[in-house]
Amino acid sequence: MVSVPNVDRAAVAPPPGPFRSRMKKRLGPDIDGYGFLLPATIVMVSLVVYPFCLAVWFSVSDAFVGEPASYVGLENFIYILTEDDIFIETIWNTLLFAFWSVLFKVVLGLSCALLLQRILKLRRFFRGSVLLPFVAPTALSTLGWWLILDPTYSHINWILANVWPFSYFGWGPYNFLGNPTLAMASVIFVNIWRGIPFFIITILAGLMAIPDHLYDAAEIDGASTWRKFYSITLPLLRPVLAIIILFSTIFTLGEFNIIYVLTRGGPMNSTHLFSTYSFTYGILNHEIALGAAVALFLFPILVVIVVFLLRMVRRDTSHEL
Amino acid sequence: MAEIQLRDLWKYYDDVAAVRGINLDIEHNEFIALVGPSGCGKTTTLRMIAGLEDITAGDISVGDRIVNEVAPKDRDIAMVFQNYALYPHMSVFQNMSFGLKLRKTAKEEIERRVNLAAEILNIEELLERRPKQLSGGQRQRVAMGRAIVRDPQVFLFDEPLSNLDAKLRVQMRTEIKKIHQRVKTTVVYVTHDQVEAMTLADRIVVMNEGVIEQVGSPEEMYDAPETLFVAAFIGSPSMNFIPCRVEANNGGLSVRLSDDLTFPVPGDRNDRYGSCVGKEMLFGIRPEHITDKRPHTDPTHHDFTSDVIVLEPMGIDTMVFINIGETEITTRSRPRAVSQVGETMDFTIDMAHMHLIDPETEKVL
Ligand SMILES: Nc1ncnc2c1ncn2[C@@H]1O[C@H](COP(=O)(O)OP(=O)(O)OP(=O)(O)O)[C@@H](O)[C@H]1O
Ligand SMILES: [Mg+2]
Repeated sequence: MVSVPNVDRAAVAPPPGPFRSRMKKRLGPDIDGYGFLLPATIVMVSLVVYPFCLAVWFSVSDAFVGEPASYVGLENFIYILTEDDIFIETIWNTLLFAFWSVLFKVVLGLSCALLLQRILKLRRFFRGSVLLPFVAPTALSTLGWWLILDPTYSHINWILANVWPFSYFGWGPYNFLGNPTLAMASVIFVNIWRGIPFFIITILAGLMAIPDHLYDAAEIDGASTWRKFYSITLPLLRPVLAIIILFSTIFTLGEFNIIYVLTRGGPMNSTHLFSTYSFTYGILNHEIALGAAVALFLFPILVVIVVFLLRMVRRDTSHEL
Repeated sequence: MAEIQLRDLWKYYDDVAAVRGINLDIEHNEFIALVGPSGCGKTTTLRMIAGLEDITAGDISVGDRIVNEVAPKDRDIAMVFQNYALYPHMSVFQNMSFGLKLRKTAKEEIERRVNLAAEILNIEELLERRPKQLSGGQRQRVAMGRAIVRDPQVFLFDEPLSNLDAKLRVQMRTEIKKIHQRVKTTVVYVTHDQVEAMTLADRIVVMNEGVIEQVGSPEEMYDAPETLFVAAFIGSPSMNFIPCRVEANNGGLSVRLSDDLTFPVPGDRNDRYGSCVGKEMLFGIRPEHITDKRPHTDPTHHDFTSDVIVLEPMGIDTMVFINIGETEITTRSRPRAVSQVGETMDFTIDMAHMHLIDPETEKVL
């Protein structure tokens, strides 16, 4: 916690009136500080807290577009859990999607960062170009992937059929977005492609912060390359890794754009995530209450993950570099 | 046995020559101090011995094997870094045992060695702490402990005391000396502090701009420097240099330091300086060889008088600044014999300790 030193203001400020002094007792000496928090608080309340509370209300009501809503308790939740097979599938889809996406983003991000750190020639060029997927608007770049994966115009299928050595094996053509397994793999792949620059850049920054002399010392101590990675790089990167895993998990669990552009949850609901399924219920089918219930289901999952990862960050980051 | 030999060793960083063809023989269990000004290539030399830096040309051998291509871990050396390079995420014990663990040493043996080193260094109660929870001096000890537990053939130190405050530095200097007496090994010790070098080393190597200027015992370096650079670098406060002319007078030689000041050269140096008669040379003399006037019978001692410009009391002695010709020089007197600033004072110079330097070659004759 950063604490601002208490400057003795008594000498300059007029003596506090009875109201001010009562507030002071309750809120601490820095009443003015609360004033500075106000703009941010207004934005947070109107854009986060209010919609969230509204969603909570919808989820326990029978809200339907254009009709007055009334309280129905946990009926919506019971319905989606017991009678909606698609929702159960959505839970698994979301967990699967997030798990593989984040796992690959970590592994590939770390590998690329390690490579980029060692590249000496064209260093700026490479470091700049890894950011491309990150800076292009998701909806737009995903449209590009949609074209690449399209069953009729797929570039990949064309390459598999016409370019040696792929043509030799006779693979394909594949209906990437039409087969449930391939569709899931495709959306995970595009999500990884889209999310990896953030990992690379952040991990690279983390790597640069590890002083060279630690590697010199380890080298003298007799550590192999692998051992240096395992005993020095990884432990010292852990705080950075935990933070980006945390962020990435949150955003991946709430992914919408990529799914919506590529598959809209299909084929046969095999790529529905909470966000797209909730959108289908609430906006497309007008069943706002059920949509809200689906969306809120993410909340406890996120809380568990956040608590777990924050624990990991807090533990053992007391060392300095 | 761990002699180290450097044979015509070169190091280029791109097109910067950091080390230019140095030759050095370090004997078994010898304590060598590598001194020189900043950027003269000390660290580079040390890192090449450690194997952390590639060699551009030349050979390094440890024992009787050439180690140019041998990985650092197989050279049986330990290194103490200037900033200690302790692993921040490991405890002191883990820091010290990391190298042993990698060498698959048995657990009891690791504990025995770490505890022994901790005892030598007086850090037994710190073993569970993280580096962050240690003071600078304690970190320094841990860094040394990490080297000691390995029981290497060669210790390399890169300015290990430069991050400590003056008092702690003197204290740790003594500790290092004690430890070397207890744990006998070959030591190469880099420092830019010539006092450290003088007090610790069996032999001192003075480097300058990538080459070795002189190698010798602390006494040799102090009494018989071979170059202007070494003469100026070793000793604190440093040697005075006064432009002079060598003159012949009735069978002997003398040096003229100013219009009204000449001193005869000690007779045994007549041959050495004979060729310099009539030439402009540099006269070198250390501050302690010009003192307040003392009774003397020695033929090499001579008296003169000068005005006192500045006084710097140092406790046991007072440094007295005077002018000889155009040159301001430092002399060293007993505090009670010193005059006030602006007054004149009588001095005695001991010409037996003079040096004559050729300003063109910068060699001491
Ligand atoms: N990695 C490097 N790349 C390029 N030049 C370097 C590198 N390391 C050192 N040098 C250069 O090599 C020369 C010798 O450097 P070195 O570090 O050996 O000096 P040093 O004697 O240890 O100095 P100091 O007392 O300041 O530590 C310097 O001119 C330095 O600029
Ligand atoms: Mg150095």
